[in-house]
Amino acid sequence: MVIQELNSEILPNDPQIIEINLLFEGIFQRYGYDFRDYGKAHAKRRIMHRMAISGFSSISELQHMVLYDESFFHLLLQDLSINTTEMFRDPEFFLSIREQVIPVLKTYPFIKIWHAGCSTGEEVYSMAILLQEEGLLNRTQIYATDFNPNVLQKAKEAIYPVSQMKDYTRNYLKSGGKSSFSEYYNARYDSAILKKILKENIVFADHNLVTDSVFGEMNLVMCRNTLIYFNKQLQDKVVGLFRDSLVSGGFLCLGSKESISFSPHNIYFEPIVAKHKIFRMKY
Amino acid sequence: MQSANTVPYDAIVIGASAGGLDALGIFLPILDVRLPVPILIVQHISATSDSFIITYFDRLCKLKVKEAEEKEILKPGHVYFAPPDYHLLVESDKSISLSNEEKVNYSRPSIDVLFETASWAFGNRLIGIILTGANWDGAAGCELIRKSGGMVIVQDPKTASIARMPESVIERLNPDYVLPLKEIGHLINKIFFLTPTR
Repeated sequence: MVIQELNSEILPNDPQIIEINLLFEGIFQRYGYDFRDYGKAHAKRRIMHRMAISGFSSISELQHMVLYDESFFHLLLQDLSINTTEMFRDPEFFLSIREQVIPVLKTYPFIKIWHAGCSTGEEVYSMAILLQEEGLLNRTQIYATDFNPNVLQKAKEAIYPVSQMKDYTRNYLKSGGKSSFSEYYNARYDSAILKKILKENIVFADHNLVTDSVFGEMNLVMCRNTLIYFNKQLQDKVVGLFRDSLVSGGFLCLGSKESISFSPHNIYFEPIVAKHKIFRMKY
Repeated sequence: MQSANTVPYDAIVIGASAGGLDALGIFLPILDVRLPVPILIVQHISATSDSFIITYFDRLCKLKVKEAEEKEILKPGHVYFAPPDYHLLVESDKSISLSNEEKVNYSRPSIDVLFETASWAFGNRLIGIILTGANWDGAAGCELIRKSGGMVIVQDPKTASIARMPESVIERLNPDYVLPLKEIGHLINKIFFLTPTR
């Protein structure tokens, strides 16, 4: 028997990284959620936080609880899910969509948009408002997906703190908004409820970018600030998923610090607005 | 494992807040171009600021200054600034991660997030430096660096434009050095055996 010597260069010397690898393997086998190719530094911060508030002395101890107690697993699932979002986040990005992408979409009789990793829905509704103002909403179908059922529920409800409307109004105006932002919601007590017309063409669905497959024939795929949590292999796989989901000439929109230049799929895309990470599938 | 003439540290992390741009403008240009380790910096800054600080410091410094990009492998002699509105993290393979998870200590980027993850990656081979600022971001990170056997350097609060941030570190632990900006620069050069060239 040949005993192969392991290359010590690739072995983690931090025992906690080993524990995280084991925890993620366990979560995958037990619950089907696959975090194995997530960046470890971010995950470790979240796990250490849960460990501290739950009084565990090691990640291995926490792992036992995760495997045997499904409700505890769901707590950790919320920890590992990033839900920072706002309406018209990066207003200049939405301005670029309005100026560079909308004119192309206007030439189509019917438009399909996939918003992957939609979190609590703020950006989905921002896009719906933009499409409404450009006269495209009634011929658009938006699929908004996330792996976290809790945030999807919030996204469907479309109720946001009224305290945020001031910031959102500012973003909306900077994004080239043509109307008055207050036309899109009703304020009640501390809540702003988005108007029903914005929801009519949106389907919210549970979809996991890591384990689920393509969404077909999309004209635009939007996935901002999700890929940064994945390692290179997984980023590459997901960009491939987007490529397979897009029609020729379809648009791919990523987060401002995300890139596809490292990926072999890069050759199928051309940058439309490089600064705002808007790409287009070549014909 | 470590011979006498190998460098004792593998990376430097720096946190600065209010008054930090002026402080970095004094401290960074002193560093020798031959510095054999990467420097990672969190400077608290508005979420909407542009890349002027990169251009500014790159012109000012002997070292190569750039904005940190995700998945980038850290290189010696390079200075990496956290981008506005993103946390800067170090992975165990010494590559960079960015994240837009929620603010920590009311800050994104947060100094604690950088210091904590860098400490996990570099252990006792890390130097953490806290400069001027009006809050306590970075104090917890310094504590972890110290616990892991790394070095903690703090700008002398008497010389800081705002003393709160260096003071918050001194309240939690006894830093290895408490010094004015220029002396921190000379100390770093000395730690890496870099004597001025003629």
